Amino acid sequence: MTEPAISIAGLHKHYGDLHAVDGIDLEIPTGEVFALLGPNGAGKSTTVEILEGFRKRTAGDVTVLGADPQHAPRHWRTRVGVMLQGTSEHGALTAAESLRYAASLYPDPRDVDETLDAVGLTEKAGAKPATLSGGQRRRLDVALAVIGRPELVFLDEPTTGFDPEARRQFWTLIDGLRGDGTTILLTTHYLDEADHLADRIGIIAAGRMVALDTPAGLRSRASAARVTWTEGGTRRVEETATPTALLRDLLARHDGEIAGLEVVHPSLEDVYLQLIDDAASAARETEEAQA
Amino acid sequence: MTAVTASSAPTWTSMTRSRLVVELKEFLRSREQMVFIFFFPMMLLVLFGSVFGGQEIAPGVTFAAYFLPGMVASGILNTGFQSLAMSIAIDRDEDVLKRVHGTPLPPTAFFAAKVAQVLIVSVVQVAALVAIGVVMYDATLPSGSGWWTFTWVFLLGTAASTTLGIAMSSLLRNAKAGSAIITPIVLFLQFTSGVFLVYTQIPTFLQHVAAIFPLKWLAQGMRSVFLPESFESAEVNGSWQHPATAIVLTIWVIVGLVLAVRTFRWTRHDDN
Repeated sequence: MTEPAISIAGLHKHYGDLHAVDGIDLEIPTGEVFALLGPNGAGKSTTVEILEGFRKRTAGDVTVLGADPQHAPRHWRTRVGVMLQGTSEHGALTAAESLRYAASLYPDPRDVDETLDAVGLTEKAGAKPATLSGGQRRRLDVALAVIGRPELVFLDEPTTGFDPEARRQFWTLIDGLRGDGTTILLTTHYLDEADHLADRIGIIAAGRMVALDTPAGLRSRASAARVTWTEGGTRRVEETATPTALLRDLLARHDGEIAGLEVVHPSLEDVYLQLIDDAASAARETEEAQA
Repeated sequence: MTAVTASSAPTWTSMTRSRLVVELKEFLRSREQMVFIFFFPMMLLVLFGSVFGGQEIAPGVTFAAYFLPGMVASGILNTGFQSLAMSIAIDRDEDVLKRVHGTPLPPTAFFAAKVAQVLIVSVVQVAALVAIGVVMYDATLPSGSGWWTFTWVFLLGTAASTTLGIAMSSLLRNAKAGSAIITPIVLFLQFTSGVFLVYTQIPTFLQHVAAIFPLKWLAQGMRSVFLPESFESAEVNGSWQHPATAIVLTIWVIVGLVLAVRTFRWTRHDDN
């Protein structure tokens, strides 16, 4: 059994009374694409920045590629690629110069021209950050994160501000990295992105992991279906885990058409929103109980 | 380019060299740095030299001649202290430092590249100032032991100004407001340290204040290099004060180094 790329046990990060990360346990095996999904302020970036070695934790054990990121040796950095949440217009180097410089720091870097091509910036190789669009700068950030051929890549909200086409291109890029066996931890607030890219999704709300599952597994949590129909002039709604049985029952009671019949299975989005909502009300209750 | 060359692990030296190229490009391509840091002392030298240059402040010493070592000292302060304090503060604010820290570049290589960049820019800048002095104001190049004095004053001055610049960057919590803090400090020092005004002609208490800081000593050290020996008697106490200069500058190098090491952060102050 190989060691997981990332393992987190009992992770806490407190800022005074604010528990930005409030007890997270997680293992990410090598080669997995893992998405941390959650609303703004849920603790996604705080968690990722602790794993990247930029932030100190209040409590808990964290191992990333066999090392504690807070005390990892410089060499550890050759195996980890980082794309921060923010991007910068600042900088006097062209896209190609930035990548060539970054490549010079790693023992076995990717080819600069191929990487520019992979992120669709070949035409912009000679452009400086100030003349790139927001989406292009983000793609340059991705290129910089992967130029060193890292075993593990952190992508913090990589597609925020992308137009749909740029997001599709980005997804293709990630599929390519997955093919190379790279472990990827990305954060996002786009459900479709997590659904499309990730092997597993961790949903995080108020600093806690409220769900941890494959996209299909999350979808199947929504076992209850909603059956709606009209009977005797009134609209009836029933939530049931056995919609087929309910339908059989309805058919037996009705001769002709059943007016306004609908059977709806909740989408991944409904599951997500429900989980976030539950977490928020749970947090409120704890607060009230403490008060 | 295809990967024909066998890849080899980068060394400390190769990474420092790559980073130095980045630092030099960042400096040369920045209009602010080139105008306000690099060319500013030259523009002032030409301007002040032309306006007040002919006035004799001592027998055989014109104001332009007095102004040249002052501008050399100012250039060292600009390129080390002012430029580094501002640019590092902005880089911290924009998460550039955080990104650097996320790469395998060793911190010592990062600082070595910064120091090398400051040294290269300072050498070129001082050479240009001296060339202007020689061509326009009949300044004379130092001879024999003068070069030795020039070298140690230049190196100690650059070291003090570099370490203090890095330390100062940590105090500039809001990089955009940086120049509002740095510029008055630099101007105050220039007016009181014998750069814009003749040091012995300003009030004694201001002389004492200026004597705490490195610029006064740096300027005096440079005067001992570029002014005739006869001018020594016109200095405070009638001496170039070389031992005191070496001691004060060394103390500032140590203070700057300790402050820089203790206060340096790769991330913003609110990012923890």
